[in-house]
Amino acid sequence: MKYISEYRDRIWMNTLAGQIASCRDMEVTFMEVCGTHTAAISRFGIKTLLPAGIRLISGPGCPVCVTPVGFIDHAVGLARQQQTIITTFGDLLRVPGSTTSLEKVRAEGADVRMVYSVMEALELAHRYPDRQVIFLAIGFETTAPATAAGILCATQEKPGNFFILSAHKVMPPALEMLATEGVSIDGYLCPGHVSVITGEEIYRTIPEKYGLGCVIAGFEPADILLAILMLLRQVSEGNPRVENAYKRAVKPQGNPRALAMMNRVFEPVDTTWRGLGMVKNSGLELREEFASLDAARMIGIDLEPSREPRGCICGDILKGISKPADCNLFSKVCCPENPVGACMVSSEGSCQAAYRYEQYG
Amino acid sequence: MCLSIPAQVISVQDDTAQVSVSGTIYTAGIQLLEEVREGDYVLLHAGFAIQVIDPGEAEETLRLFKEMNQSGEG
Repeated sequence: MKYISEYRDRIWMNTLAGQIASCRDMEVTFMEVCGTHTAAISRFGIKTLLPAGIRLISGPGCPVCVTPVGFIDHAVGLARQQQTIITTFGDLLRVPGSTTSLEKVRAEGADVRMVYSVMEALELAHRYPDRQVIFLAIGFETTAPATAAGILCATQEKPGNFFILSAHKVMPPALEMLATEGVSIDGYLCPGHVSVITGEEIYRTIPEKYGLGCVIAGFEPADILLAILMLLRQVSEGNPRVENAYKRAVKPQGNPRALAMMNRVFEPVDTTWRGLGMVKNSGLELREEFASLDAARMIGIDLEPSREPRGCICGDILKGISKPADCNLFSKVCCPENPVGACMVSSEGSCQAAYRYEQYG
Repeated sequence: MCLSIPAQVISVQDDTAQVSVSGTIYTAGIQLLEEVREGDYVLLHAGFAIQVIDPGEAEETLRLFKEMNQSGEG
């Protein structure tokens, strides 16, 4: 496949791994921020190509994983209402809430449907005019512009029964929080598809204020190895800066049109991340102008206070403090078939990636 | 979740394009792009094209790999 297979070519993998091997004396830790990177790194065995001193740890960039239990509880509460269709990306279905999951309430009779785009949810609203159709909007800057485009369509088409429940989040406040809290890393492997939208500018303060290099990486194995090599060079030169290893997709200014659409529809709001807690201005809420499409504002339901699963250390794993194998539940009671925490539910969660591909490493 | 895949634009109509991922045809919203033409490769994410892939930059990265490979051998 064009733009995929060329970047999986074994020749380039060997070339890049060879260059990286020349840094074998270095002791460094880089954080791959994005869950899609975590999955790719495990799937392609990238860690097996690195010398022992070069470590990769996962960050808080799996949207399903950082979505707090309270959001699932809210979605479950909405799903249990009469005449309601909940639409969601597949990964969210199995995330355990305080007492149940969307998958389980669906088995009990709630109408919960998996969609591939916000536009499918909007189509359902037209098809079922006597029911309320709620789209669970999760994801970072990569996904929020798509939801924004759906919202703008909905304001034109006015189905009257279409809502979203937003758990959209933006990356920079979380990256800054981790750097401030002093998680011991030597650089960030920055999320390529977030950067497609945002451009390079959002990382600018991180090398300046915290001395950490930021290299934007693509998702094929050669892309990832190239970004690691660039980070290693930054560390050995003592010159942390923002660089782009994914230029075929990421322009310095990002995608201004998508960004403008996101900012027209959403405004920043303080929000809770599983693991990080409350992060200032890191969430996206519908602007007042679009309040009539906001399930949180328009549909009142009673919710019990939410509870995190006992014994699960998802939070520390998302901050890069602990590894999946450090958790007592990992692979014993918590596995992809019966997940306790969100990091095991999502195919991009570090626990599931470790379980599937890294022999519990 | 941030997965997005290269897809080739087959045809464009109003706000949507028909795109091909290895022969499987999807409908993609193109509201997020300034301009897109038949034959372009776009990144497809959650039903929308989020960027047009730059063929020149793609080639440039491969050229860099080739250069590293040759200097490694030399």
